[in-house]
Order: sequence, then C-alpha cells, then structure tokens
Amino acid sequence: MEILSPERVIDSFKAALGSDFVDSRTYRQEVAVKKNVFTSIWIYVKPEAFKKAVAQVCALQEYPHLAVISSSDRGDSVELIYHFTIYYGRHLKELSLGLSVSLPKSDLTIPTITDVIPGALFTEREVQEMMGVTVAGIPDRRRLFLPEDFPEGIHPWRKDETGPQEMLRVLPGRKGIQNE
Amino acid sequence: MSETLAKASYTIPIGPVHPALHENIRLDLTIDGEEIVDVDVVAGQVHRGIEWIGMNRNNPVQSIYVAERVCGICSTSHPFAFTMAVEHAAGIEVPERAEYIRVIVAEMERIHSHLLWAGVAAHEVGFESVFYLAWRVREEIMDLMEYVAGNRNSKAMFQIGGVRRDITEEQFPRIRQSLEYYKSIFAQLKTVFLDDRTIRMRTRNVGILSTEDALKLTAVGPTARASGVPKDVRQDQPYSAYADLDIKAITPDVLTGIVVGDVYDRIIVRLLEVKQSIEIIERCLAEMPAGELLAEPKVAKLLNALKKAEGEGVGRHEAPRGECFHYVRLTAGEETMATWKIRAPTYANLMPIPTMLMGGQIADVPIAFASIDPCISCTNRAIVVESATGTEYSLSSEELHRLSVEKTRRLEAESDG
Repeated sequence: MEILSPERVIDSFKAALGSDFVDSRTYRQEVAVKKNVFTSIWIYVKPEAFKKAVAQVCALQEYPHLAVISSSDRGDSVELIYHFTIYYGRHLKELSLGLSVSLPKSDLTIPTITDVIPGALFTEREVQEMMGVTVAGIPDRRRLFLPEDFPEGIHPWRKDETGPQEMLRVLPGRKGIQNE
Repeated sequence: MSETLAKASYTIPIGPVHPALHENIRLDLTIDGEEIVDVDVVAGQVHRGIEWIGMNRNNPVQSIYVAERVCGICSTSHPFAFTMAVEHAAGIEVPERAEYIRVIVAEMERIHSHLLWAGVAAHEVGFESVFYLAWRVREEIMDLMEYVAGNRNSKAMFQIGGVRRDITEEQFPRIRQSLEYYKSIFAQLKTVFLDDRTIRMRTRNVGILSTEDALKLTAVGPTARASGVPKDVRQDQPYSAYADLDIKAITPDVLTGIVVGDVYDRIIVRLLEVKQSIEIIERCLAEMPAGELLAEPKVAKLLNALKKAEGEGVGRHEAPRGECFHYVRLTAGEETMATWKIRAPTYANLMPIPTMLMGGQIADVPIAFASIDPCISCTNRAIVVESATGTEYSLSSEELHRLSVEKTRRLEAESDG
C-alpha cells in the first residue's frame, strides 16, 4: 500500500468526486520538543457523493479505522463528520481524515456504511436516535442508548423544536437552560 | 441445571448489572445447550447526557471536570483528549513542560488501570490469591498518584492550554522509587500471569478475535493489539510528549512469536504495556524540559478567548483501553460548546463482543467479556428465559461466577488426572 502525502490524499478525492467535492482543509501542528508535525485533514463532500467518498477512503486504506460519527445541528442543516484514520500501525504515518457532509433538514437521510465498515453500526444507531438522521439500509434499526420509553420524535442533540427542551426538569432557583 | 434446560435454544440476558463489570450493560445470549449461538449487546443504562451538558450548560473549562467524570478509571484519558480537542479548535499551543507532565500522569493511569484489570481477570476465573496480589501491588501506583496529584483518582491535573500542577525535581526520587518497585516485581507478575497453568487453561483459545474481525469491527487498544493489529495512537499519530518518544505498539507476538487473539494474548499485551509505561515515565523524567505550565494562567482571560474562538478540533488519546476520541466545535459568541462528541474506547470494543463470545460456553462469558476491560458496569443477576416454555428464572452473579470457578476447578482436576 502506497502512503500518500496529505495533499495527494486531497487530490485523490478531487479526482474521484469531481464536482461533488466541495472543499478541504488541512490542520498542521508541531508538537513537544522534537517538533514532529501532526496532521489531520477535512474533506467536505455533497451528500449524493457520500458513498463514493467512503469508497475512496477504502481505496486509500483497506479497513479504514472509523472512530465515530459526530453530528452538529447547524440551523438549516445537520453536519455529519465521519472521523476516519488511515495509514495506522506505522510510526508518525497515521492521518486523521474527517469526511464531512451537510444534510438539509428537509431531507435528513444518509446511506449506511456498514456494508463496507461493519464496525460503524453503533455510531450510526446513535446518530439516528440522537440527531434524528435516518440511516438508509442500516441492518439494526433499534435505539442504542436512549431508553425504550423515550418519546418518538425527540432528538437530544437537536437545537430546534425537536430537541429535548420540553423534557428538562428545571431545578428550583434556576431559570432554565442558558440558551433560553 | 443442564438437565432442566435440555436441548432447546434459549436466551439469557446477562445484566444490565453483570459480574464481570463495574458498570451497567446487558448481554442477551442465545444458548444451545452450553454453546453460545448468538449475542446481542444492549447499552445505555448509564447514559448521563454528558455531551448535552457541555453543549447546553457548561463552558469548556467546567467541562474538563465533567469529562474527568465520564469514567472513574480513565479520569486522565478523557480530559486529555478533551483539552486537546479544545486547543485544536481554539488554536492554543501547550507549553513543552506541560506536555511531559500530561504524559507522565497518563502513563501512571495506564499502570493502575492494567493492574486493576489483571486483578479482575484473576477473580473472574476464580483465582482469588492472584486477585489479591494484583490489587495489592496496584496500591503503590495509587499512592504515587496521590503524591503527585493530591488524589488517588479524579486528579484534576488538566487545564486547557496545559496542566494545573507541576511535577518538580524534588518529587522525582519518590516517583523513581515506585517505578523501581514495579521493575523489581515485574518478573514475578509475568510468571504468575503467563506461566500459571490455571490461567493459561482458562484464557488460551477463549474469546478469540481474529485480526480481520478486529479491523472490520474497528476494535481499539489492547483488544485490537492482542489480535495483531498494531494500532496505537501514541505510535501512529503521536501527540503531546509521545511525539518525542518513538513508542512502538505492543502485539503478543513480540513475546510468543504468534498472534492468537484470545484472552491470554490480551493479558500479554497489558502486562508488557505496564513495563512500557514505566519506561515512558522514566524517559519523561529524564528529558522533561523547563518552562511554563499553562498557555494562559488567568482563567478569566482563557474563558474570554474560548468564547471568541470559532473552529472545530479533534483530540485522540491512547487510553488504557484504547483510542479515546473527543470532537469539539466552538462558535464565536457562545460560552458553551456548539458540539461535543465523546467516543470512549469501550464504545468501539463492544462491537467485537458477539464475535468473541460466539461458539463459547456460558462459563467463559465472565472472563471473555472482562478481557476487553469493558468500562461500563457490574451485574448482580441475570435472568434465564427458556424459549420453549417461556419460564423465567434468575442466575445470580454468584451463580454465574460459580460456573466460571467450577470450570477452572474441573480443568485443573482433569489436567492433574
């Protein structure tokens, strides 16, 4: 397996995705005394090209490591970042690769990646229940952490009307949560 | 018991409180005779909404102390990954000396966590004298942590942009004394855990996770390394002072020449990592640079800078159980974080559990499940449901533990005979 530089990794995504490639960002930091450089990259893609981008990650590294999927409520959209790492198992060679995709709130659907990375199941289940994103084709539709009697349609990480505000218990002497 | 349950396949939910754990989770085992044919992991019993607190109530500095309480054992790992994520998001550079102190504290945590696990593992197979031994020698590192941080656990050493306490020259001899103690007993620990017939019988070829499955299921830490996957954040993408130390991931073949991926291999990896941690601390003490401890010592100024910051960051730390991952997004003008995502190592290591338990026996469940060093929780009873008749009865934790101990005694008797 050839190890590409961060710039060439980004170029490979540009070549594979064409106009569906939105943007990229590289973060570099020198650490401690020896000033070894620590690099991570972010790749932003359109939702329709998401599976193609994951296929490109798999082309760079057989069995890419997926740490987790993070999700942010950005007002009109929900941003999902798939935190991959590639080139692990080698000293100083590993590269963090955040694959970011923004879904409009009118269509919160993303295809599952458990067909290529079976270990993604837990985090996909978590994104479904916590953020209200539908993962199409997920092999296990059940909740992961939320209890069975938790009301449908409420998603704890959302900051809009589907958030958990109604369920909060305001303790005596407190005005409620800070955002209100 | 086997007579009454006969041949019908039935389901045993173990948990949400389980003998192999310190926290709550449920395993639904489908059993055919003594053999496990299906496993389902049901989590969430101790979900406390910690990320929500950081996104809605606390500012990032307050969140360090919440992060410290994600886990009672990894009370350094979570603040470590969390502060790195915030520093990355806000563009804060940590002074060199602070990086070394962070690593020393993190490695002390690894020693105490691995020894704690070694004791639990011995207990799971009914080897109580080794359990006492492991927990007695663990006290030395607990005392050392108290000496350095003022507390045995929940050490509150971390601050965004550095550490809150120094480790001074005068403290070095006391730290070295503890390290010498562990070096002096290391050979004994190795003999007890790796050469003992009973431990070998109960752990060799039990709970196997193949290299390919470990990769596919994104296992991390000693669980992955014992399956021959040399993933270690300290080696792969070194951060903090680890970037100066040329760390090498430990896989079981360095000792035995082969990778089986069973519980025994997980013992090897953790045991050798205790030695590695001692060496890391020694090097940090020898090479620690002088200088500041904090990028910004005034908390009010730090909070102000964090409030103005806009950006996102990732912190990854190799915790005793594997990669601990924090993602933080900061929005200018907001005191709380816009997004905070925590991925503790056990979250990744639960996915391989069904693969490890499948085909095994009920008596192997405590040790096989404990072998990932799961950081979730401890059980009191399990309910056995017989699918054919729908009858339900309880297996207490004592019962499950008794099954495990009986198997050890049986194997000992057989090999003696």
